[in-house]
Amino acid sequence: MKSATHFSKRGTLKLAVVVASCLLFAGFAWSERREREDRVDGSSMTEETVASAPDPAKAKAAFNEAAKVFFSARCANCHPASDTPTQGDEMTPHTMGVTRGDEGKGVYGQRCTTCHQNENLAGEHMPPGTSKDWHMPPANQKMVFQGLTPRQLCTNFKDPSKNGGHKTLAAAMEHVQKRDPLVMWGWEPGNGRTLPPISFDAFSAKVQEWVDNGGACPD
Amino acid sequence: MTEIDRRSFLKATIVAGGALVIGAALPFRSRAEERFDLPVDPAAEFKPNAFIKIAPDGKVTVIVGQAEMGQGVLTSLPMIVADELEVDWKDVVYEHGPPGKEYINPALGGQITGGSASVKGFFNPLRTAAASVREMLIGAAAAKWGVPADRLRARNGEILDPETKRTAKYGTLLEDAAKITPPASPKLKDPKDFKYIGKSIKRLDSPEKVNGTGIFGIDVKVPGMLTASIMRSPVLGGKVSSVDDAAAKAIRGVRHVIRLDSGVAVVADNYWAAKKGRDALKVSWDDGAMKGVSSDALFKASVDAAAGGKGVEAKKIGDVAAGRSNAAKVVEAVYYAPYLAHATMEPMNATADVRPDRCEIWSGIQAQMVVQSQVAKLLGIAPEKVIVNNTLLGGGFGRRLGDYVLDAVRLSKQVGKPVKVIWTREDDMHGDFYRPSSYNVMSAGLDGAGKPTFWRHRTVGASIMGYLGPSIFGFAPPEDRLDNTATEGAHTLPYDMQNLFVDWVPVKHGVPVGFWRSVGSSHTAFSTECFLDEVAHAAGKDPLEFRISLLEKHPRFVGVLKLAAEKSGWNKPLPKGMGRGIAIHESFDSIVAEVAEVSVAKDGNVRVHRVVCVVDCGQVVNPDTVNAQMEGGIVYGLTAALYGEITLKDGRVEQRNFYDYKMLRMNEMPKVEVHIVPSTEKHGGVGEPGTPPIAPAVVNAIFSATGKRIRSLPIRREELRS
Amino acid sequence: MTKLSVNGKQYEIDADPDTPLLWVIRDDIGLTGTKFGCGVAQCGACTIHLGGEARRSCVTPMKAAVGKEITTIEGISPDSTHALQKAWVAIDVPQCGYCQSGQIMSAAILLKENKKPTDDDIDKAMSGVICRCGTYNRIRDAVKMAAINGTGGK
Repeated sequence: MKSATHFSKRGTLKLAVVVASCLLFAGFAWSERREREDRVDGSSMTEETVASAPDPAKAKAAFNEAAKVFFSARCANCHPASDTPTQGDEMTPHTMGVTRGDEGKGVYGQRCTTCHQNENLAGEHMPPGTSKDWHMPPANQKMVFQGLTPRQLCTNFKDPSKNGGHKTLAAAMEHVQKRDPLVMWGWEPGNGRTLPPISFDAFSAKVQEWVDNGGACPD
Repeated sequence: MTEIDRRSFLKATIVAGGALVIGAALPFRSRAEERFDLPVDPAAEFKPNAFIKIAPDGKVTVIVGQAEMGQGVLTSLPMIVADELEVDWKDVVYEHGPPGKEYINPALGGQITGGSASVKGFFNPLRTAAASVREMLIGAAAAKWGVPADRLRARNGEILDPETKRTAKYGTLLEDAAKITPPASPKLKDPKDFKYIGKSIKRLDSPEKVNGTGIFGIDVKVPGMLTASIMRSPVLGGKVSSVDDAAAKAIRGVRHVIRLDSGVAVVADNYWAAKKGRDALKVSWDDGAMKGVSSDALFKASVDAAAGGKGVEAKKIGDVAAGRSNAAKVVEAVYYAPYLAHATMEPMNATADVRPDRCEIWSGIQAQMVVQSQVAKLLGIAPEKVIVNNTLLGGGFGRRLGDYVLDAVRLSKQVGKPVKVIWTREDDMHGDFYRPSSYNVMSAGLDGAGKPTFWRHRTVGASIMGYLGPSIFGFAPPEDRLDNTATEGAHTLPYDMQNLFVDWVPVKHGVPVGFWRSVGSSHTAFSTECFLDEVAHAAGKDPLEFRISLLEKHPRFVGVLKLAAEKSGWNKPLPKGMGRGIAIHESFDSIVAEVAEVSVAKDGNVRVHRVVCVVDCGQVVNPDTVNAQMEGGIVYGLTAALYGEITLKDGRVEQRNFYDYKMLRMNEMPKVEVHIVPSTEKHGGVGEPGTPPIAPAVVNAIFSATGKRIRSLPIRREELRS
Repeated sequence: MTKLSVNGKQYEIDADPDTPLLWVIRDDIGLTGTKFGCGVAQCGACTIHLGGEARRSCVTPMKAAVGKEITTIEGISPDSTHALQKAWVAIDVPQCGYCQSGQIMSAAILLKENKKPTDDDIDKAMSGVICRCGTYNRIRDAVKMAAINGTGGK
């Protein structure tokens, strides 16, 4: 929470040009890499911007659009504030007292895969599944979506202590941009489940737009 | 209590084990064989009466005609026999009894497992049956040794001559014993000599329930059997209008698609093929009378009936109008309890094998003789041509009366093979006989000293006997007569009221209704015990003290309440945010008080932390069974109080499965402490009486914690948000 | 034909690979200790072990079990001597008994992974299996008894 508070206090990022490597992704043209100079934990978080001038307003708007997906039940149910995932469009706590466990895979006789298969099953109210084993973020990187404002979510995405240790926005967004089966499931959620508000491609484009425009967080 | 028909004590004979219908008919090994892994010698088995078989090796089989649905009857009834017969418990096994008049429960007048009446009904008949066999064995030994019978004693499966120290094991006396006419009035043991009765003896059916060998109806296998899944009208009472079964028939393993009155059956090689076939059916329905009917309309019908309908008098004391005019304060409230499903863990199922001259049934059934006669009628054969093999019941709770057997019979007859019908959970939820909804208009008066001046209770609900009476008992009460199941617990209000009037307004909602664990008491305890709590608070009295002050004529109630107060620490303060509530209710001749401790979260979520239960059920056969039944009854009632509600939309039951008809789970389970009042009173039931007090105890505790009075079940968190 | 290994025995099953394991176990293999309760992974009566983990067999396609060992209640011990089975009998946990296979199979995974479960651990492990008879407190006691008496690694 420390760094999130920090971000919200400052309102804007102080960026410094740093030299870094290994951040080239297809479709990105890196002209400079800037690292926050004032991170409390001393770790490095790099902001990438495209050669054309980043547009914080565009980034903020794009993030707000993307956040509608992040906050949708299909995504946020597995990114709860507590250690119990939620379910359904009402996002009620998962029945059976299901818990995260250290690895995000549930515990004992209540692992995610105790019920969730490697595919969706025919019929309504069946446990959803996809080719990758069903799970949620691990205990040491909870990647909480629920209960956050778009700004808080955005800030967390940029905080390696909260985003899975990713040091770049692109890396932090890999779960989305590499079409992780768990993400893609959101748009193929099985019988009876509503879809996120926009298509995956539109969502992905918004995420990209946010990254490309410097990753500024909504106010 | 009636003694069992003497004629049923047939002259003792040695019978072949195979001659006992059930032994020959079951596709799995008999319990005795299973338990001891050796077949008893059928040629030498001694079956002196309908309840007892003794094998040459001394194993005693107790034949239990009551159904085991978890309540422990396969243990408690054999305990009664073992005690009076003087045999070692490890030599006792059970066997499910066939339908038969010998197994008619004298407390109920039918071979029905219900009304918490198994021990109540069979305690004396089984003691007599066992004592009679004991005397026959003594007689056999006396003849063998040429000594007077009265000096011989039976103990631990053998006859002892104390003078000569000679002993003879029961198994060696069978042939001689069989020659003796069973004594009609054998001498019963002095209760102080009971060896098993009154002790917590381990259940006989636990071993088979922990290793997968216990056979429930759904587990029955019959050679050549097919399995069926039936698609029924989503609207209650709807009928099939047309069927397109082409896709269903194309599914591998599907053998037949058969149109029934109630739906369309897909009969296949195995369940999954049947289920897939059923899912592939395209059926259009004639919705019938319930089309468009929703819960709101049913509720309104109850409200209108309460306001305008003429009530059937259930109980009248004094003059309520006079009591009202004398009141310094009048308390009025409306209480509502919804329709509920039974939701046994084992969905309904049955297997039938119809042959030209007979029919055999395998299923878990609470009313075997009813099923026997219904099947006989359906097939136009004599009841004795219908063999009913009862199995373990994966929960009964009043649901398993046997209606689900008839479709299996119809299908087997059509396809000429044994057919097992298995309901899906959704079928089970949609095809239940529901606990009727109960709408209650209540008022009471208090004088200046806080004493009640009157009690007025009008309850509105459907008649269970009106609905099920004709098929189960062969009659329905006239419509202008009281259906006791609608007002039991309300018209038997124990509190001293000088002016009391309880009446019932029957409504016909068109929803199938039936017996649900504790029947009328499942809602009358809620309405009466919550309303009484309101009245106590209106009188400015402690709810416990208020109750005790009105129970002078009922010392057993007072004893139960006082013990509950002591064990729960009634007067001990609870942490902030928690509340304690009490309720007491008599049902099935047992009095049960429960004290619940609850907390209510900001979001309105109710957590029940601890329940102290005190039961006075008279004489006890197996105390641990009483504990278990109280624990289970509390969970059943608590589940309903917190979650249970069956609603209708456009004539369809909305709930489908456990995701929308929720069950209490391990992580929500309160601590439960059960205390049994030592008693020599007549046997009360234990299967049901634990259920009624929990909803009012919890609701009263919520009031104590929050000041908010819940008057409609299930408890809704929206009403409790702070 | 799908090859399955159930309780150490090999089977060749002629059924659609999507058939739920529950019905393969019950109808094709003939082991009926594993129960059908809801068909949607809500009640846990059908719990088995697949590759050493708890699985709801009613929603597990048969094809998911290929190459993995399946253990059912009948295979958890050859003679009802698993510490949980003994504790279940000692405490008289079952009432109707229908859910108890699922309860024991779930508890077995708990004890395999946690030799000294707390109440909270038991809640987390066991809340997926519904018991309509309300035997939860006895289940809790029996799990603890079995933990004390040891599971013999089973």
